[in-house]
Amino acid sequence: MSLDNDDVRHIAHLARLGVDEADLAGYARDLSDILRFVETMNSVDTGSVEPLAHPIDMAQRLRPDTVTEDNQRELFQALAPAVEDGLYLVPRVIE
Amino acid sequence: MEWETVIGLEVHAQLQTRSKIFSGSSTAYGAEPNTQASLIDLGYPGMLPVLNKEAVRMAVKLGLAIGAKVSERSVFARKNYFYPDLPKGYQISQYELPVVYEGSMDIELDDGSTKTIGVTRAHLEEDAGKSLHEGFETMTGIDLNRAGTPLLEIVSEPDLRSPKEAVAYMKKLHSLVRYLEICDGNMQEGSFRCDANVSVRPKGQKEFGTRTEIKNVNSFRFVEKAIEYEVERQIDLLESGGTVVQETRLYDPGKGETRSMRTKEEANDYRYFPDPDLLPLEIESSFVETVRADLPELPDEKKARFQGDYGLNAYDAGVLTATREMGDFYEAVVKASGGDPKLAANWVMGDFSGFMNKDGVELEAAPVTAEGLAGLIKRIEDKTISGKIAKDVFEAMWNGEGDADTIIDKKGLKQITDSSAIEPIIDEVIANNPEQLEQYRAGKDKLFGFFVGQVMKASKGKANPQQVNELLKKKL
Repeated sequence: MSLDNDDVRHIAHLARLGVDEADLAGYARDLSDILRFVETMNSVDTGSVEPLAHPIDMAQRLRPDTVTEDNQRELFQALAPAVEDGLYLVPRVIE
Repeated sequence: MEWETVIGLEVHAQLQTRSKIFSGSSTAYGAEPNTQASLIDLGYPGMLPVLNKEAVRMAVKLGLAIGAKVSERSVFARKNYFYPDLPKGYQISQYELPVVYEGSMDIELDDGSTKTIGVTRAHLEEDAGKSLHEGFETMTGIDLNRAGTPLLEIVSEPDLRSPKEAVAYMKKLHSLVRYLEICDGNMQEGSFRCDANVSVRPKGQKEFGTRTEIKNVNSFRFVEKAIEYEVERQIDLLESGGTVVQETRLYDPGKGETRSMRTKEEANDYRYFPDPDLLPLEIESSFVETVRADLPELPDEKKARFQGDYGLNAYDAGVLTATREMGDFYEAVVKASGGDPKLAANWVMGDFSGFMNKDGVELEAAPVTAEGLAGLIKRIEDKTISGKIAKDVFEAMWNGEGDADTIIDKKGLKQITDSSAIEPIIDEVIANNPEQLEQYRAGKDKLFGFFVGQVMKASKGKANPQQVNELLKKKL
């Protein structure tokens, strides 16, 4: 499978990435190469292999239901580009 | 053409844990923005989620209460989408292997029959934060206090056939999660909210029609209204030769309509995959059995017991078991009054609930306690006061004027049961109404009620009604 410029534009939009028109062809070629690599891997017969989601054969550990975190808003918000009244500000998301 | 409505509900219940599902932040409602958002909730790189055991216990609790299966092994998955109130860029949810699956609940229909509604699954996931669009000109404010609050998403089968059935199901589930003490059910605060999948098909057709999803409805009334509107919209569309588009819609309570939320973008592709940060959740049968042993009496069981133990009809038993608190209150009244359970039921459902609604107070905050109400009922049963006078006494109790006995004493409301005291009143009434007496004696039986009324009025309601009846019959 290979991708054209339109595919790349579409994928970039879904990923909320801004891609320069001039770079589209390069991305299309690189992404197509990756997909070809996946195709090569797909040709291996894995019918008898269980999908591996986690490399360690263990179960999830559970924590007790206690509040352990303090309010560190000031510290965290010092890194944010815009805050007001304790809120993080982002570009408006609805019309 | 006759159409059939098909509805499935997805209910999101916030679990009332103290801390979040994957972090040690508090879940308390109403805190200052972003004061309960830790590095994990903010989605900082390198943070690792650790699952809250209490959230798991609550999910199992619900599973057992709806006769569902509890997965020995379930998996958390990432649901990928972009929205600023979801800082990680994905929501941790469950996809292929939910913690609870294949349960059911019985709902009661208007005609008194019951219908079993399948529950496909219930899975654990994290809530997102809140976006505040008002007040910032070109910006949106983000509060991440809610991000990471545990949710149990309970998904029904498309078994519901009318807006009324949908509401009955939602109410039943609402009652159940509160009985189980896993969710406070506060719909205004969004602790219990619902998405409705709605479609229509020609009656008799097997295949489902194209459905739309109405998002985030947070009141019983709105669910009913939103579905009613949506059904009508779809039927109008199909009957005029159009087609229903599969899409997400939003209900606008002000306008009473649903409208499309779809942007030009294509359908969401959430690209679910197992979250590498979270190992599979394994639940041992011993854990399940501990939870089972801890289950409270459930609404249906309590209702059946009330019908059996107290001789209540299905409707009354249903009302009195709608919440666990109401059931406990009623039983406390019965126990303390030691009298007729039906009379106690009438008082709890009648005046007591009426005053609660009028003043908008919750049961815990009601100014009349179960013992207080029982004290009043005792005085009706031992004929100290009539049922009618009791209503006035109750109102005085509600207004904080004291207990039943104090008020009866203070206001001199004790019922007159001495016939030598009632007879003079009757004589006076008869003497004052010669015309009516003549008509009555001429055969106008209906006037008997008039005389009873006059005597009761003259005695300020204190005369024992049965005795008044008997004595009047003799005298007239």
